[in-house]
Amino acid sequence: MVIRTFKLILLLLLGVPVVASAQGKLNVVTTTEDLGAIAREVGGDKVAVTALAKGYQDPHFVDPKPSFILAVSRADVLIVVGRELELGWLPPLLSSSRNSTIQPGAKGYLDASANVRILEIPTGQITRAMGDVHPSGNPHYWLEPGNGRRIAQAIRDKLSENAPANAAFFAQRYADFDMRLAAAEKRWDATMAPYKGTKVVTYHRSWPNFMERFGLDVMGYVEPKPGIPPSPSHTLELIQDMKRQGVKLVVVEPYFDLKTPQAIANQVDGKVLVLAPSVGGTKEATDYIQLFEYDVNLLAGALKQITGK
Amino acid sequence: MRATRFACVALMGVALAMVPRPALAQTAEQAQTIQQQIDQLRKEFGDRLAALEAQLAGIQGGQAGGGAPQAAATPAEATPAQAAPLPAVGQGGALANSKVFNPDMAVIGDFLGAAGRNEVNPNPALEMHESEASFQAVVDPYGRADFFVSFGEEGVELEEGFLTLTELPGKLLTRVGRMRAAFGKVNGLHNHVLPWTDRPLVINNLVGGEEGIDDAGISVARLIPAGTLFLEATGQVFRGDSGELFRSSKRGDLTYVGHLRAYHDISESTNVDLGVSYSSGHNPAGIVSDVDLGRFTTKLFGADMTLRWRPLTRAIYHQFVGRSEIIWSDRGQFGGRQRSMGYYASGDYQFARRWFVGGRYDRSERADDAALLDKGASAVLTYWPSEFSQVRGQYRHIDYADGPAANELLFQFQFSIGAHGAHPF
Repeated sequence: MVIRTFKLILLLLLGVPVVASAQGKLNVVTTTEDLGAIAREVGGDKVAVTALAKGYQDPHFVDPKPSFILAVSRADVLIVVGRELELGWLPPLLSSSRNSTIQPGAKGYLDASANVRILEIPTGQITRAMGDVHPSGNPHYWLEPGNGRRIAQAIRDKLSENAPANAAFFAQRYADFDMRLAAAEKRWDATMAPYKGTKVVTYHRSWPNFMERFGLDVMGYVEPKPGIPPSPSHTLELIQDMKRQGVKLVVVEPYFDLKTPQAIANQVDGKVLVLAPSVGGTKEATDYIQLFEYDVNLLAGALKQITGK
Repeated sequence: MRATRFACVALMGVALAMVPRPALAQTAEQAQTIQQQIDQLRKEFGDRLAALEAQLAGIQGGQAGGGAPQAAATPAEATPAQAAPLPAVGQGGALANSKVFNPDMAVIGDFLGAAGRNEVNPNPALEMHESEASFQAVVDPYGRADFFVSFGEEGVELEEGFLTLTELPGKLLTRVGRMRAAFGKVNGLHNHVLPWTDRPLVINNLVGGEEGIDDAGISVARLIPAGTLFLEATGQVFRGDSGELFRSSKRGDLTYVGHLRAYHDISESTNVDLGVSYSSGHNPAGIVSDVDLGRFTTKLFGADMTLRWRPLTRAIYHQFVGRSEIIWSDRGQFGGRQRSMGYYASGDYQFARRWFVGGRYDRSERADDAALLDKGASAVLTYWPSEFSQVRGQYRHIDYADGPAANELLFQFQFSIGAHGAHPF
């Protein structure tokens, strides 16, 4: 009897009709808050955006929660960072999504890294002895306004492809974002101008695009190799190098422990600075432009103290 | 590269041929002008050739941003308002590579060791327990395939090999092939994602142990709309052969598995995962001289609960996972049906970036004799040198119903090469 009831319940559940998700707006799911913020800039009120990973969590280590499967199953468009950033968590979401529209290569799938400027693409033989290397380059490319613009272009085109009736609207929103970003860039350039060439240390290799864009020189990392936690010997070596070269700033992402960076900063009489690597990484970084606004101002403030410029 | 060079040289040849030949009567100045034009052309072609070669090298080496191509890409920054999409230099490298359609491949090694006393169910002192090879790829626009081949020290076994159809109407997730059944939590997990070196007593006593319910069949899973609650119903039909648990003597002796899973995010860092499962099939208890005289069946019921806590800003340093499964077995055999029950409860806490500590309590009756009750407890310490390797030690005490108590130290080395697999959840 119990078995028959169980079978019956299961059959009934399997037969429940699926509720249609579309309600006029394009359902856009992004893997990170940065892509979500840019999608909102371009899509305006014609899209409903859901970002999976939070800006204050390490985007390499995100749990593929079943609640994410629900979001991805309802998506009309899925935008991913690519370059193996989501390798550990996106594939199970895709294969369980029951959504053919957003599978790689389908109409609703966008790899935002397709047309951006990618740094640190390894050459020659790579092995995991080099740490958790990304074979197709550093995936933290969104931390460069030029790339933000290129991501926005790709999103504009992808949204237009999926909602052609709103193409003009998306084009206009993109143009507006582009203009505001260009104006903000001038401001950021002026703020950072005095510190061109200053050397800094970062925890993980999250900042090559950002630092290069604003003329700072990353001379070392708290991690001995990408994804490998700090080791005493590497830390000592780094401190020696920093002392030799007069480097006093250690930039850390909000999801790393501050103990080692703080110890390094104390040794070199320097400073630890927690910057937001993503929109939502701090409560002030509410959108893509505010993310840079926050980071640039914080960084310039710290560099002013250190360099006296 | 050679074709490009040849084309450029040919172009240069044509261009040179097009340069008007100086007449005998022309002055030295005219000859000089022509010489300059030739030099200019040569320079232009030389530069063009160098640029093409650099670009080609970039594509072949898969180095979009490295060296010359990267430098060429930079000027797009100059006028932000007109930033045109950059040529996708470097992506061609991967696409041009003939290996691009090869499946993602990985091998995970599982080395086990045991010390101490266990006279009822002893493991070898040292054992290369399993080498699991995985091959995973998209088949076509309609599905993907996943193969997991398990190499023991002596034999090879297809642990799983199935096709997942993603294009079926009604949002049904359909799998066809050999797979681990969706009965409870632990039955579906491969060895390398378990938080212990072994499987709980209840799994060994009632659900077929390490092999578990792993059979050829068809699985259909569907999401049930329930707002923010993730609700999934899975129905599976198998041939009916799963080790000593289920045995099929006739074509109609199929095994059925049903599973209902509910998942809810309590907060962004805490979530709960609940499940109920059912399975039934013919068991081998009635087989005498290869003839199934008894036609006995086994029915299994299960309930599972997983509670996870992982603070997002410190996700790489701290997490807690609490798990429990309770299973009832109703097994037909000569002498009447045996109704047995068992459960485990475990907790695992990550206390540093590379360190995990855990404990598990086990209690289970035997499927073929409910009067025999085994009880056990374990303490586990795990160290992760990196995401790709793991060292684990487990102290295990078991009070067997039919033998002396076992006190053992089990240890395990796990290591993974090849494609980066998905993080277990």
